[in-house]
Amino acid sequence: MHEFSLVMSMLDLAEKTARDDGATRIDAIHLEIGALAGVVPEALDFAFSGARLGTMAENARLEVDYLPAIAHCGRCDVTFELDNRYGVALCPTCGTPSADLRQGRELQLSHLEVA
Amino acid sequence: MGTKVATRDVRVRAHGTSAGTDMRVVQVQKSLMTHNDGVAAENRVRFARRLVLNIVSSPGSGKTALMERTVRELAADLAVGVVVGDLETDNDAVRLHGAGAPSVQIVTGAVCHLEAEMVARAVDGLDLDDLDVVVIENVGNLVCPAAWDLGEDLRVTMLSVTEGEDKPLKYPRIFKDADAVIINKIDIAEAVGFDRDRALESVRQVTPNAKVFELSARTGEGMAPWLEWLRERRAAKLG
Repeated sequence: MHEFSLVMSMLDLAEKTARDDGATRIDAIHLEIGALAGVVPEALDFAFSGARLGTMAENARLEVDYLPAIAHCGRCDVTFELDNRYGVALCPTCGTPSADLRQGRELQLSHLEVA
Repeated sequence: MGTKVATRDVRVRAHGTSAGTDMRVVQVQKSLMTHNDGVAAENRVRFARRLVLNIVSSPGSGKTALMERTVRELAADLAVGVVVGDLETDNDAVRLHGAGAPSVQIVTGAVCHLEAEMVARAVDGLDLDDLDVVVIENVGNLVCPAAWDLGEDLRVTMLSVTEGEDKPLKYPRIFKDADAVIINKIDIAEAVGFDRDRALESVRQVTPNAKVFELSARTGEGMAPWLEWLRERRAAKLG
C-alpha cells in the first residue's frame, strides 16, 4: 500500500501549489500515472478518500490519466507502445527486448482545479 | 502524454456558486516524487565517494544472508556498512553486526518501502568516514520500493529459485530499473525444479541490460563474480 505515501506527497504538493496561487480550496487534482508505475487505481482512491480529510482538497475529485508504457529500439530507431502488462518491450520490427523505456514510470501531478 | 488542458492564465467564472468565486486551473507538472528525489540527491552528496547499493527482493529471498557473506568476503579490502529496513524488529541489523558490518535498522512500522528521508536519518548512525560501501537493504517487497530513489548508485533486484521463473514478468517495474539481478539459492535449484533457462529469459526480456549473477549466499557458490562487480563499480565511481 505505497499508494498512501504517494497520496500524502500529492496532497503536500497540491496544497502548497494552491496556496501559492492564492486559492482557498482544491476542487480537482489531475494526475498522470504510467502503466509501469506500480499504482493500483483502487488503492489510490482508497488512500485519497482518507487522506484528503482536513486538507484543502477535502471535497476534491481525483482524476487520473493512465499513460501507456512506451519504449524505444535503438537498433531500428522505432518508438513503440508495449502491448503487454509484463513490462516486456519487444521491438515490433526486430523483436529485440528494449531497456529504453520512454514512458510508463510517471507519477506526475499534472494540474489542479482550484478556487 | 496526457490530455492537454487550459493554461494557468485561463480564469473561469463559476456559475451557480457564491459570487466572486474564482475557479481556475493551475498547471503543476511536477512528479509526486519531487520531495523524495530532492532528499535522495542530498543523500548522494553525503555518500560522496562511497559505493551505495539499494537491494530489493521479496521477503525471504536471502537479502540479509547475501549481505552477511558479502560483508565477510569483502572485509579484507572493503569496509561495508548496512542500512536495513523492516516493518518490525532489529533482527537483521543484529545479524549483520555479527558479520562485522556497522548496521542501522530502520523499523518502518506499517510502511512497505524505504524513502530517502528514512535513509538520511539512518545514515546518522553510521560513521561514513570508515566505510567504502553502503548497502541499503530495502523492505522485502517487489512492488512498493520501486519508485523511491534513496540516493543509491546501483539498484540490485534479487529473486531466489523457490519463487518462480516468471517473477520479472510479474513485477516488471522493479526488475526494469535494476542495474543487476541476482538469482539466489542456486544450491537448491535442482531440488525445487527451477527452470534456469526460463528464468534467465524472463530477466533478459524485462531488463536486457542488467548484469545477472547466479549464486548461493548460503554455500558461497557464484559469489566471486558478484564481489568482483562491486569492486569494479566502486573503482569506477572513484574514477
